[in-house]
Amino acid sequence: MSVRVQEAAFDVAAEMGAFQSAVSRSGAVVSFTGLVRDDTGTLEYMFIEHYPGMTEAALQKFADQATEKFGLEKALVIHRHGRLQPGEAIMMVATAAGHRKDAFAGADYLMDYLKSRAPFWKKEVSKGGANWVAAKDQDEAALAAWSLESAPQER
Amino acid sequence: MTLDILYFAWVRERVGLSQEAYQTSAATVADLIAELVARDAGYAAAFADVSAICVAVDQELGDLTTPLADCREVAFFPPMTGG
Repeated sequence: MSVRVQEAAFDVAAEMGAFQSAVSRSGAVVSFTGLVRDDTGTLEYMFIEHYPGMTEAALQKFADQATEKFGLEKALVIHRHGRLQPGEAIMMVATAAGHRKDAFAGADYLMDYLKSRAPFWKKEVSKGGANWVAAKDQDEAALAAWSLESAPQER
Repeated sequence: MTLDILYFAWVRERVGLSQEAYQTSAATVADLIAELVARDAGYAAAFADVSAICVAVDQELGDLTTPLADCREVAFFPPMTGG
């Protein structure tokens, strides 16, 4: 399971190529890429702060949990920090599994944990000022749904 | 004991520090917050609504009741917004 936290941009196509070629027994690969969104057309940049050390450990833990829960062959998480322009890729996850349902579910699970339990904070800086992005109730609800799922499923 | 206390995002901005070494005998996270709030207005502003604050003790998420015995690093921050 591979986890990277970095300031530099990454190439989604190159990452997916490398990810896929390192897979040997999976029939399904799923990826998600998150981009800097500019809802109002006034965003100058997004600043992402994180907690070095804890961030990497938390992402590794979520990747390991997803791997075990969904029987993934492989998982990848890349998350950037620092200053990002609208349209730039903030982060990506990729999962590989025998079949698509586990690959999709593994990626979804990773995203839900990453959004609310990995120590990242986003600040939107626009001409009118700057504000820290607030956490959403629906993100907590998504996490709660995973823990409500019946205990270890047979797969 | 001496703790390293870290602050992130708007908690950092309100406190005016990203990190400090702090001498305390606080038994729990709640005790530590009470000590910090008494120090000055920046801390009081940062911790005005503790329900809006998350805490990590030695880089593991905790809560107000988490004990601080033998811990070295405490971090305070708003709810996380990754992804």
